[in-house]
Amino acid sequence: MRPADKLVRAAAGFQCQIELERAGQIADCRSILSLLTLGATQGSELVLRAQGPDADEAIRVIRLMFDQQFDEVNVEQST
Amino acid sequence: MKFSVFISRKAICAELTATTKEGVITELVQSLVSAGDIKDADKADIIKAIMKREELGSTGIGRGVAVPHTKHASVEKLIGTVGVSPAGLDFESLDGQVASLFFLLVSPPDRPGDHLRALENISRQLRDDMFCRLLRQSKTIEDISQLLEEADGNSFGS
Repeated sequence: MRPADKLVRAAAGFQCQIELERAGQIADCRSILSLLTLGATQGSELVLRAQGPDADEAIRVIRLMFDQQFDEVNVEQST
Repeated sequence: MKFSVFISRKAICAELTATTKEGVITELVQSLVSAGDIKDADKADIIKAIMKREELGSTGIGRGVAVPHTKHASVEKLIGTVGVSPAGLDFESLDGQVASLFFLLVSPPDRPGDHLRALENISRQLRDDMFCRLLRQSKTIEDISQLLEEADGNSFGS
């Protein structure tokens, strides 16, 4: 759940609409309830989409968060 | 993952009386002990672990809902309970609102997938305003139990 929390906080800083999609199901990155319903586990394939004035920046930042595994490397994986 | 798989019916708390975060976690864990789902000897350690997780960021996910949880080696399968606080309490939730609906989960360290599937189900049901309203209105264990059964039957949510 902590990665979801971090995503929501990051998404809140952008004006654009940010969505994550998993297996056809779409979640609003601003809503933790919405993100949790994706049931995404480590290794799940997700599609990130952003639309709006700062979409490019949002994609860049959020992709970086995923790349860095939400700074949870070496930390016990706890949701 | 359906509620019936991981919610201990006997541990459901229809009227939580605690007024603090640690208090409500203690009350919910105690109900799992009383129901025979976890051992009394593990109670203090489980409460400590849940509080430690809360320090990393509140599991109060907004809309009056909190999902305190931890992994603990003493359980062999995912076990959880539901509690309703009629008055609500400060759980340092993400949206700053008081929390009144609680889903507490304890999972075995080697089964992270189960834990996520339970969270997925809880969040999906909680997105339904009717489910939240009915849960808040529940006065007895039977009310809550029946509501969870109906939710399992897809009466609510998508």
